[in-house]
Amino acid sequence: MRAFNVVASKVMPLDRSNVDTDAIIPKQYLKSIRRTGFGPFLFDDWRYLDPGTLDIDPATRRPNPEFVLNAPAHAGSQILVARDNFGCGSSREHAVWALDDYGFRAVIAPSFADIFFSNCFKNGVLPVVLKADEVQAIFDLVAADAQAQVTVDLPAQQVQLPDGRSFGFEINPHHKHNLVNGLDEIGLTLQQADKIKAYESRRQQEAPWLFAN
Amino acid sequence: MGKTLYDKIWDAHVVSDGGDGSALIYIDRHLVHEVTSPQAFEGLRLNGRKPWRVSANLAVPDHNVPTLNRVQGIADPISRAQVEALDANCKEFGITKFDLMDRRQGIVHVIGPEQGATLPGMTVVCGDSHTSTHGAFGALAFGIGTSEVEHALATQTLVLKKSKSMLIRVNGHVGPGVTAKDITLAIIGRIGTAGGTGHVIEYAGEAIRDLSMEGRMTLCNMAIEAGARAGLVAVDDKTIDYVKGRPFAPRPEQWDAAVSNWKTLHSDADAEFDRVVELDAADIAPQVSWGTSPEMVVPVSAQVPDPARESDPVRRGAIEKALAYMGLQANMPIETIGIDKVFIGSCTNSRIEDLRAAAAVVKGRRKADSVKLAMVVPGSGLVKAQAEAEGLDRVFLDAGFEWREPGCSMCLAMNADRLEPGERCASTSNRNFEGRQGQGGRTHLVSPAMAAAAGIAGHFVDVRSF
Repeated sequence: MRAFNVVASKVMPLDRSNVDTDAIIPKQYLKSIRRTGFGPFLFDDWRYLDPGTLDIDPATRRPNPEFVLNAPAHAGSQILVARDNFGCGSSREHAVWALDDYGFRAVIAPSFADIFFSNCFKNGVLPVVLKADEVQAIFDLVAADAQAQVTVDLPAQQVQLPDGRSFGFEINPHHKHNLVNGLDEIGLTLQQADKIKAYESRRQQEAPWLFAN
Repeated sequence: MGKTLYDKIWDAHVVSDGGDGSALIYIDRHLVHEVTSPQAFEGLRLNGRKPWRVSANLAVPDHNVPTLNRVQGIADPISRAQVEALDANCKEFGITKFDLMDRRQGIVHVIGPEQGATLPGMTVVCGDSHTSTHGAFGALAFGIGTSEVEHALATQTLVLKKSKSMLIRVNGHVGPGVTAKDITLAIIGRIGTAGGTGHVIEYAGEAIRDLSMEGRMTLCNMAIEAGARAGLVAVDDKTIDYVKGRPFAPRPEQWDAAVSNWKTLHSDADAEFDRVVELDAADIAPQVSWGTSPEMVVPVSAQVPDPARESDPVRRGAIEKALAYMGLQANMPIETIGIDKVFIGSCTNSRIEDLRAAAAVVKGRRKADSVKLAMVVPGSGLVKAQAEAEGLDRVFLDAGFEWREPGCSMCLAMNADRLEPGERCASTSNRNFEGRQGQGGRTHLVSPAMAAAAGIAGHFVDVRSF
């Protein structure tokens, strides 16, 4: 997995709460059996005026000029800011793959849905929980200056604004360690193979029916 | 202090404590479908890994499958390729799979319990958020992303942080015509779609004990719509009776030991929860969602909310956006909303009891002419066969409803079943998000009886006086 340390970038303001993973990446793109290539379909229903599918070239479609992702001032942002309960609904990891493929490295919101939150850490994308007034401060900052650079510093657990304000955030130490070092979680778990085997033999005595079928 | 049911299942599955707030948790059952697994199998191949315990996995195609003319196969080449990828991956790694034409095929959250592959006290995972369904059996069951699907395949474990616990107690008994779907929608209306975030919910109280296993599955299915990754109901005689004799259930010589273990699967009387919510069952009426989030729900006798009465600007904006998308006006009575389509199905409401409830409403009546399509999609081939043995298919067909083959169908519209832009649907599914049932489609979440009644009347009606 790609490591995450410090990202400094413009910010894309998505002023919505309860952004669900169906909105982040609609169902027709889930038919892909690949992990990559979802970026052009990120927020597809909001982003384009005409419908799309996997076999329609997104370059031939009509972008919705009203949608923030299509605003030239915000192009190239690597940080997305949104409101409460970001990533709710379906467990589809394609939502994180789409954000990542588009170029987002971090998402800032007052709260996230659990499965989406967990999926981010498997893909080197950092979900940052800030207080609602701190998130509002970032929306205000971007509204005043779309080019304002915000820094997300994972080792320091801080979001830094250009005017010197700095907002601290919490993160599970396990997630932080894996993200900062870009570690492969499966490889790490397999280092505990003996413990898994020991658990299985103990459990097989206690509850043999769990291993019968 | 006593333990909660969640504590008991968690403690029984700790392989090792990470010491940093995380633990390695053993996974007893992994259910697999075609949409969220191909990249996980590819990951195994790229790293030269194999499934840790092949027999813990059970696979079925459900999201992409056609509900008409199945013998002709899948017309959409992209959908077909995904189902074929599941076939090839299961074959390569030796995983048990029910094929498209197998009579046991169906929605993954219907077939797990139906086969006895979901057992009390298990940890159950699947790359699908509605895995919470299986919590009805006193199993810790939750949805995971594809990276965790790969992790579960490769290691039979997941690295997890323990959630907080929430008790939702529904006191007393619901009135006639009020179902598990109405209870679960009323709960979401009360606590909100993020109300359960970071929590595992245990449902308790007389109204929950009253529910059949089908009803408990409907209830737990939508725990995720309240933000909780998992929902739980304590084991009782109904749970044990449901499991007995199913193909994957414990063999006779292990049955008594299993049952005595399962009888401990309830929260202790002195267990403490991080949060407790209480509802009075008698206050719950049949529910209808009006917006684009499951928390946007009201009793059928109510009106569409008025954003002018909402003081919080973010919430007001959300109501305005939802009304615009849904094509509704503030203060409209719910019963005046006309519908174009009816969908009875999904992992929420496609079990035999759901089909019986819908058929009881439809029997001897006709679909309204203004309703373009009313479709009934059983949750599995076995549910379909049972319904046909009871003559329910004839009841639906005689009323002008369509009787389809099992699958996820128009819950998420990955197959050919979908809403066209602007179409309005009375749906027994679980999500009313923008575009969920087809781009521009408008979804109202209701119980099977309420969906059936709307199909007959052409608009929402209170099934209690229908």
